[in-house]
Amino acid sequence: MSSTQENDPRVIREQAGLRGFFADYRRRIAQGDIGQLPVIVGLVAIAVIFQVSSKGVFLDSFNLVNLTLQMAAVGTISIGVVLILLLGEIDLTAGIVSGLCAAVMAVLSVNMQLPAPVALLGGTLTGTAVGLFQGFWITRFGIPSFVVTLAGLIGWQGLLLYVLGPRGTINLNDKTITGLAGTFFTGATAYALAALFLAYVAGAPLLAYRKRQRAGLSVPPLMFVAIRAVIVTVLVLGAVVKLDSDRGISSSVVIFVGLIVLMDWVLRRMRFGRMVYAIGGNAEAARRAGIPVKTVRTIVFVLASTLAGWGGILSASRGLAVNQSAGQGAVLLNAIAAAVVGGTSLFGGRGTVWAALLGIIVIQSISNGMDLLSLQPSIKFMITGGVLLTAVTIDAVLRRGQRASGR
Amino acid sequence: MTTAAQGRKPLLELQGISKRFGAVQALSDISFDVFEREVVALVGDNGAGKSTLVKLISGIYPADEGTFLWEGRPVTVKSPNDSTALGIATVYQDLALCDNLDVVANLYLGREAGTPGGPLGLMNEVEMETRAVEVLRQLSVKIPNVRIPIASLSGGQRQSVAVARSVMGKNRVVFLDEPTAALGVAQTKEVLELVKRLREQGLGVVIISHNMVDVFEVADRICVLRLGRRVGTYDARKVSREQLVGLMTGALTGIAGAPGAAEAGAEP
Repeated sequence: MSSTQENDPRVIREQAGLRGFFADYRRRIAQGDIGQLPVIVGLVAIAVIFQVSSKGVFLDSFNLVNLTLQMAAVGTISIGVVLILLLGEIDLTAGIVSGLCAAVMAVLSVNMQLPAPVALLGGTLTGTAVGLFQGFWITRFGIPSFVVTLAGLIGWQGLLLYVLGPRGTINLNDKTITGLAGTFFTGATAYALAALFLAYVAGAPLLAYRKRQRAGLSVPPLMFVAIRAVIVTVLVLGAVVKLDSDRGISSSVVIFVGLIVLMDWVLRRMRFGRMVYAIGGNAEAARRAGIPVKTVRTIVFVLASTLAGWGGILSASRGLAVNQSAGQGAVLLNAIAAAVVGGTSLFGGRGTVWAALLGIIVIQSISNGMDLLSLQPSIKFMITGGVLLTAVTIDAVLRRGQRASGR
Repeated sequence: MTTAAQGRKPLLELQGISKRFGAVQALSDISFDVFEREVVALVGDNGAGKSTLVKLISGIYPADEGTFLWEGRPVTVKSPNDSTALGIATVYQDLALCDNLDVVANLYLGREAGTPGGPLGLMNEVEMETRAVEVLRQLSVKIPNVRIPIASLSGGQRQSVAVARSVMGKNRVVFLDEPTAALGVAQTKEVLELVKRLREQGLGVVIISHNMVDVFEVADRICVLRLGRRVGTYDARKVSREQLVGLMTGALTGIAGAPGAAEAGAEP
């Protein structure tokens, strides 16, 4: 790099060491490339506020385990929402499809007495089929996803009621299905899972650093990579110690985080992921580069609805039943809010699946904290709305900043 | 360049190309050629057929009549993939870059290096970045950091990235559609230098431009179109700016003593 930039005074040279890194980071923030900083700052603030106002109950291990249970289902739906938002599209059916898939699974398992794997597969494929239908409709006829999924929102609700039949509520009794959310990992197993997770989020960047260094490419200060790895490790281990001192890590959380790691890998490492970002950034450029835009869009809608289905199944497993209001109310809004609060741009092309994790922790912490304070639903809705509006505003303002610094 | 071009086969040659859109004869009996290691300017007033010609060559739509030769062999170009497979790249005016992706990702868009497996294959970021830095250095393109999003680059830098992208593959002919249209003085100079370096690297470059200064700065030959017909192809050193404008507007129908003087292959 150095030889190409020596003569140009405009080129901002990177200073060595940590100071240079922070100067660089400040510049990136000014240009709108903020990463996950605001959401982490927000999370710390939320934890402090609720910890104090709930007199120490909020960060209690019992409550933290509840928090993880509450966030796994909607968080899983939110992964799919992130994928859709990366394309610059929207999926209003994420909530109702989760309910529909759970209902199909419940009917197969309880009413038809089919074995759990068949019921789970049926629920999953329902999501896949819905995604395929919507993706096809959107790409084939060029109708905005907002309209197609708005129609879906109404239509699938009808199908959900139809599938559930006159009784309206199905109680789950299959041990495998209820065990999806009701199994807890403790002790050595919990720490082994944490180690696997840390190997991915803290270990892999260090390996990538070594690889870049050996190839002679520019690298951030090693100190920074190390500090980041240490912070993540401390947070994850701290959380596991806390969870382990109560019931442990729920299997639904393991599934949720596992899906995030998988999708993160797909988006960052596979060509498919690059295609998704390219379409979200400039669909015409992607088309000219030979990317099969319609196919990729359809696949993303399939993935999103399938993930929504799994979210619904996890929710049913935790609630031990599926009823007529499954996947409705705040589910869709929380899933979208989590993706946006976590830093996914509504305008497409910017964000990562980690937004689903960070965002759902924020949304669920606020909800959980307000429950601890016994706030009225009226207040809860207004506060959640305010948080969402703030997050979207931060995105929009920073986007403007990025454009301003673009020239 | 012209003298050097004599006796060699053009990389790309079109003979008798015609294209109709309904009642409009957009192009009639156009001949056009590009040799390696030369810059050909394609000039003409609005509606002369420059864009139509480029779109025919890049396979956006097929020609009604005419022969398409690649290194002397007849070929058919019916889709953008056909022309890409031959080694023809087109840099459109609107750049076709993804603002949200970094420079490396844009340079490799649609052909990421890594393990096989198409969309399911894994990308090799280190390999891509190493090669991207190398290509940008060869072309002396100044980019502060190849890992920053395109959105934070200047207009000239974006244009440079778009042009650099056209040489990432095995392309041998590059079409540049109005590459300096939206640029300032210094940035225009940067891009024109880049065009010259593409020529040095052995590519055939076709530059479509309204800007006579730019055309005379880089072109070896100038092909003038007017109302869908080719007025002629001229040696850039033997034609004046006034003559060129006359040819484009129809005030001149040819240059005395040098009709189609630089028509490669016409007169040995």
